[in-house]
Amino acid sequence: MEHHTATSPTADDSAGDTDVFITGLWRQNPVFVQVLGMCPTLAVTNSALNGLAMGLATTFVLLMSNTLVSLLRKAIPRQVRIASYILIIATFVTAVDYIIQALSLELHKALGAFVSLIVVNCIILGRAEAFASRNSVRRSLLDALGMGLGFVFALLCLGSVREILGSGTLVGIAVLPDGFEKWVVMLLPAGGFFTLGLWLMVFKRIKREPPRATETQP
Amino acid sequence: MNETSLWSVFVNASLVNNFVLAYFLGICPFLGVSGKLATASRMGGAVTFVMIIASVCAYGIHALLLLIDAPYLQLIAYVVVIAATVQIVEMFIKKTSPTLFRALGIFLPLITTNCAILAVALFQTNRAYDFMQSIVFALGAGLGFTLALMLMAGLREKLELASVPSLVQGTIVTLISAGVLSLAFMGFAGLGA
Repeated sequence: MEHHTATSPTADDSAGDTDVFITGLWRQNPVFVQVLGMCPTLAVTNSALNGLAMGLATTFVLLMSNTLVSLLRKAIPRQVRIASYILIIATFVTAVDYIIQALSLELHKALGAFVSLIVVNCIILGRAEAFASRNSVRRSLLDALGMGLGFVFALLCLGSVREILGSGTLVGIAVLPDGFEKWVVMLLPAGGFFTLGLWLMVFKRIKREPPRATETQP
Repeated sequence: MNETSLWSVFVNASLVNNFVLAYFLGICPFLGVSGKLATASRMGGAVTFVMIIASVCAYGIHALLLLIDAPYLQLIAYVVVIAATVQIVEMFIKKTSPTLFRALGIFLPLITTNCAILAVALFQTNRAYDFMQSIVFALGAGLGFTLALMLMAGLREKLELASVPSLVQGTIVTLISAGVLSLAFMGFAGLGA
């Protein structure tokens, strides 16, 4: 986060809109590059669907909080800004919690307390402090969208690997032959640590290539 | 009310469902401050301390919110109270023991955004623990966190001396070791209720 704050200009018009978006999605991917928001990343990715739901919920909160923080950036006194951000985030998280409960009780049970825990996800507070508090609403929205989708992308990467190896399915559909011996360890907490470690390794390898080559990767 | 014995609440929170290695809570400090054994133990102590206070506060808030029939305020109230508690604890320690204050340093304010603290408050509410159970749960969770942090710090101090391929240096090798540690903790599964 600090690194990003230092490198990204604070002025409104110094970087293109697409740049702001791509930064979150890829160049400063919250999980694979900044290594933020580890708790939900590891905890709810035992299936691709759970990961997707968690990612979308976080993206929603991020969009809303970034917009509101950016709107109020001139009104919030510096001394109490962190407390104000936390209040704003907590409000939207409560809303998301009730929305998920209304849409699907099953999903709400699978995600458990982790929906409420979005409130302490450092990505959201980090973006409010590092970006939304000093940029226009439009750019804050783009930044939230980029970061949010980057987060969804990372959760999907982890969730699908763990689901395919752990239960032989992807989004509930069987993808591996019946004879496949399931790697139960992938569904256990240990599998989360291993998979994240492996993905980080993959990304580190890709990043080592000459800078332009990375753009063609998914 | 929940009838689980205090001992089983404690063992469950500290070993069987270790906050770091089974629930993935408090991963940030787990990866961030597990470099040295001494800092790891101090951080663990601070977290345990705040957890117990937060747990007592959360118990009170929950009762109050039930009274005024406003469950939707739960999350907001918890977050605000935890932030305020950390602030008060910080000021209190600063006044009474400047030595301890210096030793804890930056870790103390950072505890506010430690998801393990909020999770203690949320879990004890979800599981309908009574007052004593809540405190024991917070103590167990805190000690379990400290144990995981110190084990990890011990591992990392050894890793310093090992030759690790450059591709996996840093976070990656820490994550893989955490995975192995998590596997080892699965051995405690039989102890739980």
